[in-house]
Amino acid sequence: MNTHQEHKYSVQEMISDKKSKKNLFNVTEKIVPLFLLLCAVISVLTTAGILFTLLRESITFFSEVSLAEFYLGTQWSPWSGKFGVFPLITGTLLITAIATCVALPIGIASAIYLSEYASNRSRKIIKPILEILAGIPTVVYGFFALTFVTPILQSVFPELKIFNALSAGIVVGIMITPMIASLSEDAMNSVPNRLREGAMALGSTKLEVTIKVIIPAALSGIIASIVLAVSRALGETMIVTIAAGATPNLTFDPMQSIQTLTAFIVQGATGDTSYGSNIYFSIYAVGITLFVFTFAMNLFAQYISRKFREDY
Amino acid sequence: MSVAMIDEKVEGEIVEKNSSIFKIEDFNLWYGTNQAIYGVNLSIPQNKITAVIGPSGCGKSTLLKTLNRMNDMIPGVRTSGQVMYNNQDIFRNKQMVEELRTQVGMVFQKPNPFPKSIYDNVAYGPRIHGIKKKKVLDEIVENSLKGAAIWDEVKDRLNQNAFSLSGGQQQRVCIARCLAIEPDVILMDEPTSALDPISTSKIEELIKELKNNYTIVIVTHNMQQAARISDKTAFMLNGELVEFTDTDRLFSNPKDKRTEDYITGRFG
Repeated sequence: MNTHQEHKYSVQEMISDKKSKKNLFNVTEKIVPLFLLLCAVISVLTTAGILFTLLRESITFFSEVSLAEFYLGTQWSPWSGKFGVFPLITGTLLITAIATCVALPIGIASAIYLSEYASNRSRKIIKPILEILAGIPTVVYGFFALTFVTPILQSVFPELKIFNALSAGIVVGIMITPMIASLSEDAMNSVPNRLREGAMALGSTKLEVTIKVIIPAALSGIIASIVLAVSRALGETMIVTIAAGATPNLTFDPMQSIQTLTAFIVQGATGDTSYGSNIYFSIYAVGITLFVFTFAMNLFAQYISRKFREDY
Repeated sequence: MSVAMIDEKVEGEIVEKNSSIFKIEDFNLWYGTNQAIYGVNLSIPQNKITAVIGPSGCGKSTLLKTLNRMNDMIPGVRTSGQVMYNNQDIFRNKQMVEELRTQVGMVFQKPNPFPKSIYDNVAYGPRIHGIKKKKVLDEIVENSLKGAAIWDEVKDRLNQNAFSLSGGQQQRVCIARCLAIEPDVILMDEPTSALDPISTSKIEELIKELKNNYTIVIVTHNMQQAARISDKTAFMLNGELVEFTDTDRLFSNPKDKRTEDYITGRFG
């Protein structure tokens, strides 16, 4: 009790001192949330703005070219007035499919290794390297595809075109692998240890624990990581622009040169497309098509992670 | 290093009546450079309930987890001495660990059902050991849940997630999951410490029934629990086995001063 009096100042006095300056604090307390709200609203407004622009220009486009012609047409040669977007869609899907075939097994396998088998030391080395892979600019990946992967593939498949879907698809796959690996590893790592112990105590081998307990328990996170990676592949631009060519081909043959939705947007935006022409507006129509694809994937990811949530 | 005080005469009688299933000899264990268990000698009798009591950090859980080699999962663990299970050294053969764990089951402190249906939880063990027939599995699941005294509460919702159950029910599902592979020994690591008194008494009743078919080793914080359910009690302190004898004798007439201090509540 007496220790209070030994101090020069009492704590209560200092607190009431501070309280007398409270007006100033009140102002800060009110301004800070406003500022935070403003920051949050900026991204919402940006999204709304992008959607608005896309919609406005697309509507102009669809008043010239009918929806049916755009979505059901099988020929895309805008410079001769043919606006059938189907070849661009198949091109995009082809790249995405190849990329997924590459990224899914490698990504999941790496995640399993990192989460269940790697020692702390090797995890600490490998995970940052994986994340560096995710940080390489896509333009570098593009040239990697064109100048490194394509020649190797050509030595295996001599009939392979210089610009082809296969090489671009594989490299897009390499690009999205770290995403699947890293996010899936997070999901598996967050499965509590007591589930591993429970399974071990029943005489499971490590592999059985991983496949029958850990993966099912982490499934929602794993699927969400895959869906996010796939939507990244759908929207990938630079690699396909550089390595897949600019030939809107209605084909599922990976040896051929193709064009994706994104690659056309680049082509339209960098060429000498004049403002107000059908080609100019078609960029927006293609853009909104791509937006619908990725938006659907994101909704799907959210649905999946809610549906497969295994609470532990 | 003090040698555990074992009542020689009583030990002799037990060996005659019931062979011991585990024989721990001069067992030491280190976590890195930290010694957690000092020279423990202990024989665990078959088809009895053996309780291990002692204050937090005395090494009782560590000793328990040695018996099914769950300590293997912790990096930096070293051991010396012998642990004989049915006259086989459990550390001798690295390949034997999964086999050991199918014979020595474990129930954990916090209920740890898998995030699967009640049925799949119980069927997990039989399935990984190759039992696939639906009819056989159905039977195993039913018998195990009955054995764990929870069949009546869950028989109409076997396909529900085990997490929809209360803590006490989850723990009994975990016991059923353990029974499903018909082990010889069940290790229980403070199985009721996360549960309410009613669930606790249900599980204690269950443990007493399980004694007929299984050897049970239970680690508990709760001295009354040890006194209520166990046949033999071991008291551990600072990594040493201080005293091991019949439960009645340990609580009524402890040989060691430290045991007496602990059970009369002078510390711990």
